[in-house]
Amino acid sequence: MSDKLKLTIAISGLNNTDNPGPGIPVIRGIRDSKLIDARIIGLSYENLEPGIYMNDLVDCTYMVPYPSVGMEAYMERILQIHSQDPIDLIIPNLDAELHTFIKAEKILQEHNIKTYLPTLKQLEERNKGNLNAYGQKYGLKVPENLSITSHNEIGRIEDEFTYPLLVKGKFYDAYVAYNPQEVMVAFNKVSAKWGLPVIIQQFVRGTEVNVIALGDGEGNTVAAVPMRKQYITDKGKAWSGVTLNDPELMEMTHRLIKQTKWKGGMELEMIRTANDDYYLIEINPRIPAWVYLSVGAGQNIPEALTLLAMGKEVKPMTEYEVGKMFIRYSYDLIGNLADFEKISILGKL
Amino acid sequence: MKIKDNITISESGFVFDAKTGESYSLNPSGKEILRLLNLGKNQDEIEEYMLNRYDVSQQVVTRHLDDFFQMLSYFNLTRTE
Repeated sequence: MSDKLKLTIAISGLNNTDNPGPGIPVIRGIRDSKLIDARIIGLSYENLEPGIYMNDLVDCTYMVPYPSVGMEAYMERILQIHSQDPIDLIIPNLDAELHTFIKAEKILQEHNIKTYLPTLKQLEERNKGNLNAYGQKYGLKVPENLSITSHNEIGRIEDEFTYPLLVKGKFYDAYVAYNPQEVMVAFNKVSAKWGLPVIIQQFVRGTEVNVIALGDGEGNTVAAVPMRKQYITDKGKAWSGVTLNDPELMEMTHRLIKQTKWKGGMELEMIRTANDDYYLIEINPRIPAWVYLSVGAGQNIPEALTLLAMGKEVKPMTEYEVGKMFIRYSYDLIGNLADFEKISILGKL
Repeated sequence: MKIKDNITISESGFVFDAKTGESYSLNPSGKEILRLLNLGKNQDEIEEYMLNRYDVSQQVVTRHLDDFFQMLSYFNLTRTE
């Protein structure tokens, strides 16, 4: 008989496209685990999210409404799924879901559904619009930031920034702009997709380096792996990356997790300048889509997060293989119209 | 001049900077020069080695070594002792 921990885990972010959500790599990490025997429930927003049709990774998928419907309506659907197919743990993988799941933590607990997420304070403190204050509080260099909410404010930018600069959405997307006209175009694109505010950020020249990390909520770093993107798509997403040996970056990660007592997965996005200065440009408050590189390098972060969520002890992982690479690829899944019909009509596959 | 500790050089001449994630390819002469640098040889000693080993004038060796060392420095692969 297997000694593995038997769990039903609901996972979102099955949009394994050219702008991939982290769901599928998170599932791969859990499937690789020698400690967990998981039944995976996919939570999907669109009926063509590739993960729905990946039968070897996802056991069953349910359609869910976008979190913008409000916490109550969203949780009603989650609890409806739970009543049909009891869930032990939910790992939300999209930024736009986190607020809802954090606020619903108590409701979920009452139904014996675990999550492993940062607190609302931790989530909001690292919002892109608060980056200046965040850097100051935790002793990190950050590029100058300004949140704007209307076209009228674009005129203000020239007083505070020099071109080029970045125009960023509150959740995703970033465009480099070289003049006010380009700021205007980027503002329209970003605000139409992600709402307001739009963040204007100083452009720091250097190399982007990222760290995936897992905090236990008590100040300990349970896992951390640094990576540099080697190939970037036109959407700015990593198509290939390599693990690094960067003690300074690791020290900053450990220090930040200790100071903030971060709970859950996170990704630090930093720019290292030619003078070896590090600028924090963003903190993603969840596991990033390149998480499977950390699994390949020796730190199974999805497994560790699952075990921590279930109240198991996980010893901090300090070793990983430097020079481990990932290369994404696209692959045509063959599906059946009958499956598409089921997910479209019944909301379940 | 020394090669930084975070740089690894494979037998095939593939150079990987583990801190930046950058990688480079060396031709056989470049690989030989880096091997000598790792043995603690300085530029004069490497120049002498190359003159003894290859049929080439001192002027050409000096010029090419200067270029090569500048390139190593430009890519931030070296440290001064």
